[in-house]
Amino acid sequence: MPLILDHVSQVYNADTETPVRALDDVSLVLPEGQFIGIIGHTGSGKSTLVQHLNGLMLPTSGNVYYNGRDIADKDFNKKELRKHVGLVFQYPEHQLFETDVFADVCFGPKNMGLSKKEAELAAFDALRKVDFPNELYYASVFELSGGQKRRAAIAGVLAMKPDFLVLDEPTAGLDPVGRYEILDMVSALHKESGMTIILVSHSMEDVARYVERVIVMDRGKVAFDDTPREVFTHGEELEAMGLGIPESTRIARMLKAKGIGVDPDVLTVTEAADSIYAAVTGKDK
Amino acid sequence: MDIVKAENLVFEYIRRDEEGNPTDVTTALDHVNIDVRQGEFIGILGHNGSGKSTFAKHLNAILYPTEGTVYVGGMNTMDDDKLWDVRSCAGMVFQNPDNQIIGQVVEEDVGFGPENLGVPTKEIWERVEESLRAVGMLEYRKKSPNKLSGGQKQRVSIAGVLAMHPKCIVLDEPTAMLDPSGRKEVVRAIRGLNDVEKMTVILITHYMDEVVHADRIFVMDKGKVVMQGTPREIFADVPTLEKLRLDVPGPTRIAWELKKKGLPLPDGILTAEELVKEIKKCR
Amino acid sequence: MIRDITIGQYYQTDSPIHRLDPRVKLLGTLLFIITLFLYKNPAGYAAGAVFLLAVIKLSRVPLRFITKGLKGILIVLLLTVIINLFLTPGTALISFWKFTITYEGVGVALTMLFRLTMLIMGSSIVTLTTTPNNLTDGLEKGLRFLKIFRVPVGDVAMMMSIALRFIPILMEETDRIMKAQLARGADFESGNIVKKAKALVPVLVPLFVSAFRRAGDLAMAMEARCYRGGDGRTKMKPLIYKKRDAIAYIILFSFVIFSVWIGRWQVINDFFNSLYLRYIIK
Repeated sequence: MPLILDHVSQVYNADTETPVRALDDVSLVLPEGQFIGIIGHTGSGKSTLVQHLNGLMLPTSGNVYYNGRDIADKDFNKKELRKHVGLVFQYPEHQLFETDVFADVCFGPKNMGLSKKEAELAAFDALRKVDFPNELYYASVFELSGGQKRRAAIAGVLAMKPDFLVLDEPTAGLDPVGRYEILDMVSALHKESGMTIILVSHSMEDVARYVERVIVMDRGKVAFDDTPREVFTHGEELEAMGLGIPESTRIARMLKAKGIGVDPDVLTVTEAADSIYAAVTGKDK
Repeated sequence: MDIVKAENLVFEYIRRDEEGNPTDVTTALDHVNIDVRQGEFIGILGHNGSGKSTFAKHLNAILYPTEGTVYVGGMNTMDDDKLWDVRSCAGMVFQNPDNQIIGQVVEEDVGFGPENLGVPTKEIWERVEESLRAVGMLEYRKKSPNKLSGGQKQRVSIAGVLAMHPKCIVLDEPTAMLDPSGRKEVVRAIRGLNDVEKMTVILITHYMDEVVHADRIFVMDKGKVVMQGTPREIFADVPTLEKLRLDVPGPTRIAWELKKKGLPLPDGILTAEELVKEIKKCR
Repeated sequence: MIRDITIGQYYQTDSPIHRLDPRVKLLGTLLFIITLFLYKNPAGYAAGAVFLLAVIKLSRVPLRFITKGLKGILIVLLLTVIINLFLTPGTALISFWKFTITYEGVGVALTMLFRLTMLIMGSSIVTLTTTPNNLTDGLEKGLRFLKIFRVPVGDVAMMMSIALRFIPILMEETDRIMKAQLARGADFESGNIVKKAKALVPVLVPLFVSAFRRAGDLAMAMEARCYRGGDGRTKMKPLIYKKRDAIAYIILFSFVIFSVWIGRWQVINDFFNSLYLRYIIK
């Protein structure tokens, strides 16, 4: 069941002299099964946007529909919506509160009204999906490393078995390898369970490598909504939004501009290297 | 003269159980030797938990060596009488921009250090102004820190350290919590300090592209210095860097891939511009 | 919801009152409050009210901002009035069922109402016209004499100013944690008080953990910037009395002397007592 945003706007401080349009007439269809990236720099409205997806914020104008129903309706069950649309906030480890990891992961499913047994099963399943080390299931949260905490927190949302998993900057503050581990894990979740993943990021590199659709936010509006390859053809506009394009793409374009026949739409290091090699030597691979 | 000199520095964390009996000893720093000369830009790289932040805290006498010695501005950090001289000699900027700004107005925060040092009022104002100007934050002097972006807050923190007139400035992952544009502005400010003000800079980070312009780089892993040299020397060895869980800059990785395929490129290409120039030569 | 609190808010504008040294304002408020308890007749309160209104007018803070502060203590105010109204013994004015309102009761209730209202309004003027920073500076310098009793005035002032800086940060954090737990199906609204209190555990625990982490980080950052207690520090913005502060002190002391004199003058006391005896109690 898709999530549909129909001309959604969100205005803060509407009654003051300085109203802030955090979202400005955003219309999007988010179908099930996609791996979507939302990019934009700080203040572009991307974090506000994702809070509309599970009813934490309601639009000041426009509508959000889930399963064909307006989530702002009085009799709409928001708790049910939050079960289907799991939202992982930035630095999610800051929300851990139970004495051990396992109890914390059980919090979500228990809130959903599952029995103790069912909740524990869901928690086991979620911890396994995020590759959380077995021996640490009952460890105190304070004994974990940064990356492990992050995984435990993601498992806490995953345990509710959502159809949509929205991750707001899941890699913030991690080192490069920790970053790729989390992104690989998320990507595997998408492949294995067919879950819709919405990855909010300000890193073009991350987005280029993983997602199939990119939504670029700029000053509360949707600036682009297309495949990564298509979106990155707008290098200059992206640059103006403070975003830029992946470094590999940038290098390929620089070479192309110098008259070397490189494919200007490469996205990753490997693609760039292959294309440059072919162009320079005249050989394929 | 060396501004910072660590000789066979060892630091051990002792973990204790509830009764206070030691249960476990972790060696966070293992015979580290690092020296920094006046005016240098030094990069210290390593993944989370490699010991680089522990090292930084020794330079400011927040932590003391278990073994070995650390000299800052020629003073032994173990010397209790010199504690405040050490701290005003090596200024520290930390990771979290929110947790190191004390003042409620930008200029008052920058004045905090000089106030602690007992600098006369008139001079505090001069120092605040010059420091804010050095990081390009002068026009924000009357603003509340809560209204600034992450990158701006970190620049205020840097100004706060500069106002103490240190001989060197140590930045402990100042960009880890920032977005790309915030990172860029902070790195630009740091480079400006080194280029223009000739300030000795020790930048600790896990982003390799931030230290491309450093004079020398030390790479740390498991509490040890495992690589050291100029950026070019360090970045030439891509496999080792990847094994150390570090993110090699895009142009360096592409150059390395191409070299593997047989293109005659030189070692340790650092920037996109350089890569494009070298590839053109190959044709 | 937490943002509705108005007591202690600063109203940004420029006025003679805003520009005064915080010490003048602090001492002024203290004296004003003391005088409120010294008056023995309505003339004293009238003098106090005139002075208060004059200061409010000078401060350019809209009156509704000041009365907003009263809303918070409305219940306390009403309760005081009612208790005094019914429980003061004396000559009966009206009696119904088991309750009796006395003439004395009306007098005491009115006095209390005036005192409390003026007390709240008078003290909110200070916070409305002084930045928190300036206020801590004023307290620090004004209370410096306590150092003789080994009270670490400087450190306490530093703590206050840091607390003020972190209030907005922690409020934002509370908001974020609440949302994160809502996303995990937490429910803060339904159920009785016990259930609601329990539902707050997942918010409070992370909030405390984060506050302690911040405190640790901050302590380290302050030490790194050579903070070693209040002694030996210089000030970037030292408090120095200006001419206007001297004038304010003169006005302030004149007011105190005049209002207390008139408020306790035997002739006026007698006058009001005779009014009371002649027209009310017959």
